[in-house]
Amino acid sequence: MTRSPASLFDHDLVVVTGKGGVGKTTVAAALGVAAARRGLRTIVAEVAARDDLTRILGGEDRSREREVELAHGVHHTSIDPDTALREYLADQLPSRTLAGLLADSRVFGPLAAATPGLRELLTIGMVWELAQPERRSASAEPYDLVILDAPATGHGVAILSAPRSFADSSRNGRVGRHAATIDALLRDPQRTAVVAVARPEELPVNETLQLRDALGDALGLSLSLAVVNRVLTNRLTAAEARQLEEFPVENAAVRATLAVHRRAHTQQAQMARLRRGLDCTVCGLHELPASALGAEQISELARELERVL
Amino acid sequence: MTRHVVHGLTERLADAAIVICAGSGGVGKTTTAAAIGVGLAARGARVAVVTIDPARRLADALGIAELGNDPTPVDPARLTAAGVELRGELWAMTLDPKRTFDDLIERLSPDAHTRDEILENRIYRQVSGTVAGLQEFSAVAKLHELHVSGRFDVVVLDTPPSRNALDFLESPARLTGFFEGRALKAFLLPTGLAARTFGRGTGLLLGALRRITGVELLDDLGVFFRALGGLVDGLRERADVVAGLLTDPGTRFLIVTSTEREPAEEAMFFREQLAAAGMPFGGLIINRVLEPGGPAAGVGAASDAIAPDLEPALGARLAGKVARAYGEALALMERDAQAIERLAQRTGDLHPVIVPELEGGVDGVDALAAVYARLFAV
Repeated sequence: MTRSPASLFDHDLVVVTGKGGVGKTTVAAALGVAAARRGLRTIVAEVAARDDLTRILGGEDRSREREVELAHGVHHTSIDPDTALREYLADQLPSRTLAGLLADSRVFGPLAAATPGLRELLTIGMVWELAQPERRSASAEPYDLVILDAPATGHGVAILSAPRSFADSSRNGRVGRHAATIDALLRDPQRTAVVAVARPEELPVNETLQLRDALGDALGLSLSLAVVNRVLTNRLTAAEARQLEEFPVENAAVRATLAVHRRAHTQQAQMARLRRGLDCTVCGLHELPASALGAEQISELARELERVL
Repeated sequence: MTRHVVHGLTERLADAAIVICAGSGGVGKTTTAAAIGVGLAARGARVAVVTIDPARRLADALGIAELGNDPTPVDPARLTAAGVELRGELWAMTLDPKRTFDDLIERLSPDAHTRDEILENRIYRQVSGTVAGLQEFSAVAKLHELHVSGRFDVVVLDTPPSRNALDFLESPARLTGFFEGRALKAFLLPTGLAARTFGRGTGLLLGALRRITGVELLDDLGVFFRALGGLVDGLRERADVVAGLLTDPGTRFLIVTSTEREPAEEAMFFREQLAAAGMPFGGLIINRVLEPGGPAAGVGAASDAIAPDLEPALGARLAGKVARAYGEALALMERDAQAIERLAQRTGDLHPVIVPELEGGVDGVDALAAVYARLFAV
């Protein structure tokens, strides 16, 4: 089913995932900036706890797990499974002392780590909490939009499907009920959208097509948008390329232009393959010459994304 | 452009028995590992290349499209067609990490019942797939197995695409730590697992875990840890041997990266970790470097002087396009040059091997031959 990409920011949760190294954090940040420009109070939640986004948007490296406003209307938090476990215990157990005792115990941590899907469940549980109109602590303001900078494809799907498998295996417990609630959010295409990030190359395109299948199988969701990073600008028509190929003298500029043209051509073939395989909008973001991405570049990418949103 | 002096890998790998290609995902690590295999086999060695998740065309090029757990010979005719003569032997395989670990469990299990109890356990299936660096450990275990088999002069390993390089280096120690951990010991207490689990003492903790997870999982955990208990010594021994391999003087770690920020940061971090762990660094390979039109381009005129020169021959419109495209290409090349300089300084490899961005992708036999030619400066 084709979903209208115009509705991306109408969701409660936008999950950004893709193959490792394709620029997921960049796209999550650019989406965050675009959403904030529309006046949405937005938070980008990073799972891998490396604070990549804080560096990109120029914030100070503050303590993790806190919700920090990095740019106007764009907040950021970094979710760490151990902290998630700690907070969850505090919520679920009658006394904070008991929760602290458990979380600090050298036995409990490894056991929890070995429990299938528990860390994933707790992680996505914190994301779910961010998306609630009523926050856990009364002082916390609700967000209009949560953007999850999810781990690479396989693990991203694992995180999204953890609540269901957990709910299935412990149906009677509190956790099972909570997991079912989270699962309901994730499976609702009106509330949760998934954005795939790729590069115009064979392997990332393959992985995006696999992600499409895995999402359908595990959650019954389809992709809302695919963003392709680092697409070269090709300015030449076929006739112009031929004209340059026949250029009589050796010229570095002509040679370089033709090389870019050929690479862009290969990239376009991969983009076309992606478009054929997906029902959603495929948006290419242009390669930027800056050596490091900063707020200015993210803002530029956000403008490119706004054209298709 | 001093970094573009060609320094091949030939000397650096002269006495290597194990070559480990490390680096972030998406930087052409698998193709690099395969091309190193080609280069060593071309010089007469018997080489096995262990790849992880290769691109379809690369797998087809090597004849290893199926997951297998033992190397198969690569048909030399495939490479002859691309202009490379193999004087030695090239073997390749795609690692199945889960099966490698399953095989290990099978070998270490005292009997079929224990083996089945572990392999069919829900917790094991979870743990062996994802947690605790078992994929990384499996890769090193396979490396070790091939190394001691005597069938190969050199084994080349393409490492799993970890988010963090430490996952790989620490995988043997982590595995050992996991088995020696208190969680395991708590479950391995000699008598009455269930009674202890739900009784006094640790009962408070485990009761809370039960409350959170549901009791069925706890039963699975109990079975898993108890069944694994008999294998702990064997696994620990194996982990120790495998860890020793990583610091062996016959081992070379090659760090593979692109010029992009994240892989480059990861490469520099990995270099530090190698040094800290006393593991032998064999050199830096920087892939996907932009050299529009081939090496030594980019020494042309500044982009603003281009258009007037070309205008008579191409017309104003096309000359303008060429000038803009060239200007952008120069900016990207400048970005690459800065990244290379920084990588060289930070890793201490002042003459990294530079492999250009290949037109038409990095996956076919021709690309393999082209990367080989750059790596070994032939």
